[in-house]
Amino acid sequence: MRGIITVIGMDKIGIIARVSTLLAQSKINILDISQTILGEYFTMMMLVDLENMELSLEEMKEKLNELGEELEVSIKLQHEDIFRSMHRI
Amino acid sequence: MFNPYEIMETIHMLEEEKLDIRTITMGISLWDCAHGDADIMRKKIYDKICNYAQDLVKVADEIQLKYDIPIINKRISVTPLAMIAGACVEEDYVSFAETLDRAAKEVGVDFIGGFSALVHKGYTRGDRKLIASIPEALASTERVCSSVNVATTKAGINMDAVAEMGRVIKKTAELTADRDGIGCSKLVVFANVPEDNPFMAGAFHGPGEGECVVNVGISGPGTVKAALQKVKGQPFDEVAETVKKTAFKITRMGQLVAREAARMLGVPFGIVDLSLAPTPAVGDSVAHILEEMGLECCGTHGTTAALALLNDAVKKGGVMASSHVGGLSGAFIPVSEDAGMIDAVEKGALSLEKLEAMTCVCSVGLDMIAVPGDTPAETISAIIADEVAIGVVNNKTTAVRLIPAPGKDVGDELVFGGLFGRAPVMKVNSYSSKDFIARGGRIPAPLHSLKN
Repeated sequence: MRGIITVIGMDKIGIIARVSTLLAQSKINILDISQTILGEYFTMMMLVDLENMELSLEEMKEKLNELGEELEVSIKLQHEDIFRSMHRI
Repeated sequence: MFNPYEIMETIHMLEEEKLDIRTITMGISLWDCAHGDADIMRKKIYDKICNYAQDLVKVADEIQLKYDIPIINKRISVTPLAMIAGACVEEDYVSFAETLDRAAKEVGVDFIGGFSALVHKGYTRGDRKLIASIPEALASTERVCSSVNVATTKAGINMDAVAEMGRVIKKTAELTADRDGIGCSKLVVFANVPEDNPFMAGAFHGPGEGECVVNVGISGPGTVKAALQKVKGQPFDEVAETVKKTAFKITRMGQLVAREAARMLGVPFGIVDLSLAPTPAVGDSVAHILEEMGLECCGTHGTTAALALLNDAVKKGGVMASSHVGGLSGAFIPVSEDAGMIDAVEKGALSLEKLEAMTCVCSVGLDMIAVPGDTPAETISAIIADEVAIGVVNNKTTAVRLIPAPGKDVGDELVFGGLFGRAPVMKVNSYSSKDFIARGGRIPAPLHSLKN
């Protein structure tokens, strides 16, 4: 399964580093990454491969939530198909 | 990789604009549960529902986790019970409703629909017993929903059934008087009822349906309103285009969930219902979409035209997004479940008569409307007659879900909570329709029913 991770919030040093460290620890491979400022918000999007993920989806989302709270940003992990179905014909 | 704006748009729809899947509804056929012994029949019904739907809630939760899409309700619809229960000699069908309720609780679904009868042309013995059991069935169960189809474009209007349903609604309200007549919120009277509707209270698994099927109902008024805020003041061409594009995206999400649910449950995907279903939550209102088009308050002149555009554009956008569209598919205007509708009624901008006009151009009908508790049964029947006449003549589904709350009058308010919301009591015409309803018989099908 491939997922999209989105990180939204105020910009600060080390967001990408912390998120990618967590992903590496959980054996999640980053396939693509982009970062931009939309409005006043820092937004980062990652396409990730969850095939070898060591945790369940629920546990992984919980970990991302905890990290998000610590960094004061919102971190979401969703299956890529929701974006594909909405925006691609 | 996706465009960041697309990803943000989706996330915004889900987080800010309250986009959700209103319901995953599993339709289950009960044909093979019919039995001459009522106890055996009830056991077969209970066992079959529990067997088929045992994983429904689990699967819905997994989908919610995977896509981060809120799935608000999990529901079951079954074959209209009058058709099955007619096999036994038992007179009182309340115990069948209790069986459905127990099964719904066992598998953890929010509602179960199908305590229903189709009497648009006439009554079977089972239909008669079922309709007589409705008031007590709805008073003694929590999750069971009931519906009765009293008219079709092909058959005309069964005015005996219309008369009876006025009395049934009154009695249902009386038996649940301690809870503001909430029994009536689980009872719908239809014309041209669809057989694959996933929305309550009118869902049942039609006689032409297969063994088991998954239907999905989407929501999303907040998303449409947010999209329209970006085209403020622009011509209606632009409004229609914007609604279409938004409906397309919403429906694609519904289609994804429906396919996934069907795959995981191992049953066929039925339909996606395109209806824009409001909730009482702020920012999830169909009335607010109409107001966004430039009306000061929903219910004022122009409301019907605005709703006609909305309803049509939602269908046009949604129909390409799903392989099978069905159910009610339009915009819902339930008064108690829509914060904007409630406001409009309280301000005096929205009347019962205007709502009737609005139902000519949208799904479904006079929905979740509180009327004074002393409204005569004949007046309720006459309101039903008017509404089903609109459906029959215009070849569309219409429905009536009225709550004549005992002891309440215009100016009072009923509070149901949850998805049912709160309903200000609305004024009805005080002149009598008694002699009109007393005639009974059938109103013949309109000429255009003869299409062959």
